[in-house]
Amino acid sequence: MKAPAVDYVAPRSLDEALQCLAGVDNARVLAGGQSLMAMLNMRFAFPDCLVDINRIPELAYLRDEGDTIRIGAMTRQRDVEFSDLVRDRLPILREAILNVGHRQTRNRGTVGGSLCQLDPSAEIPTIAMALDAQLHVASAAGTRSLAMADFPAGYMTPALEADEMLVGVSMQPWEPGHGWSFLEFSRRHGDFAIASAAVLLRFGPDARVDRCSITLGGVSTAPVRMGQAEQALLGTKAEAADIERAAALCGAVDASSDAYVPGWYRQRLARVLSSRAITRALERATR
Amino acid sequence: MATTQDPRPVHLSVNGKPCQGMAAPRLHLADFLRGELKLTGTHVGCEHGVCGACTVLVDGVSARSCLMLAVQGEGCAITTVEGLAADEHELHPLQQAFHELHALQCGFCTPGILMSLSELLAANPDPDEDTVRDVLSGHLCRCTGYQNIVAAALRAARLLRERDGHAR
Repeated sequence: MKAPAVDYVAPRSLDEALQCLAGVDNARVLAGGQSLMAMLNMRFAFPDCLVDINRIPELAYLRDEGDTIRIGAMTRQRDVEFSDLVRDRLPILREAILNVGHRQTRNRGTVGGSLCQLDPSAEIPTIAMALDAQLHVASAAGTRSLAMADFPAGYMTPALEADEMLVGVSMQPWEPGHGWSFLEFSRRHGDFAIASAAVLLRFGPDARVDRCSITLGGVSTAPVRMGQAEQALLGTKAEAADIERAAALCGAVDASSDAYVPGWYRQRLARVLSSRAITRALERATR
Repeated sequence: MATTQDPRPVHLSVNGKPCQGMAAPRLHLADFLRGELKLTGTHVGCEHGVCGACTVLVDGVSARSCLMLAVQGEGCAITTVEGLAADEHELHPLQQAFHELHALQCGFCTPGILMSLSELLAANPDPDEDTVRDVLSGHLCRCTGYQNIVAAALRAARLLRERDGHAR
């Protein structure tokens, strides 16, 4: 199908873009367009105006800020994929990004666009949740930051006001020696994941897990941290029974059903994927 | 800032030639290429980025032209399947290999696949089969079963290496 009639502006600076969002009713930010354009063509979305942020260079960057890596909202997924900084400091993000669509869509798709689209299956929001990312939001009235945990306001709905836009995200790399793994299950490579698991963990000097993050994507209305499963691994030597206990807690997630996939199937995937992801992360961790 | 739904001029380069056309904001790049610039080699399939038939190169990298507005193409360099062959008498090595190895039947998906593969071979002259298949995962072909497309991509890579070797 064809997109509905719509206005279009292409501001050249962030300030100009924020003025557009403040001044135009029912405006929608157009970043890489890999979801929004499809939604327009399918007439799922009816904005009155598209604010195209593709020509705002100040929104596209990968910045090493010491403790954190800050990524601009307009940074293309392709640039994350090929970034040495991401490969070295945020290896789980690189592993996940290879599952985002296809090369042809990663070339245009953006980090900020994926975060704001907030598809429960999407890889980038899942990793943002796993890394306790901070999201930076701006409007003509000012800026604010919020934790990824507070970003989903509902199914595919970010906690953004109509005049606000995401401008960047900060992710804190884990210490060298940590283990990581991102795994997903989809019918074909590049399809939306039915379920995914992101695991980071670290061993303390006593060879016991002293830091752990387990996140499930695709199972619920938004990516979800599995606090109980994390607790089950913390303080253990991560032996087979410990992994099994944590995975079983992941399998008990409150999973959603849809026309294609029943909740019990997502739960089983959650258990299996989390078990495999924990195992893979353990292989990569320094004990 | 004044906004409007009216068509506006779009200036861009297509296959190395400066072009201009009119586009309302809602018009996607694939329809602009086909309807306004009369370059009908780019095919329109699903119009939501899944099938890959409309894939073109935008500033050298592959993109779905159905997921990009024509007005976003202002100032961009677009390459379409019409830009592959040097002239009408000589096929591009990719096209030659597709022809020789029967890598197409109905041909609907072919223009998009050729563009993605031309991007791949420009960056990686000697890809392995897995890499080719990864690129092809962004394209749907319902005729061939992909085997001959993979074979043709690998043969084209060899042809290009030989050609460029001779050139040196």
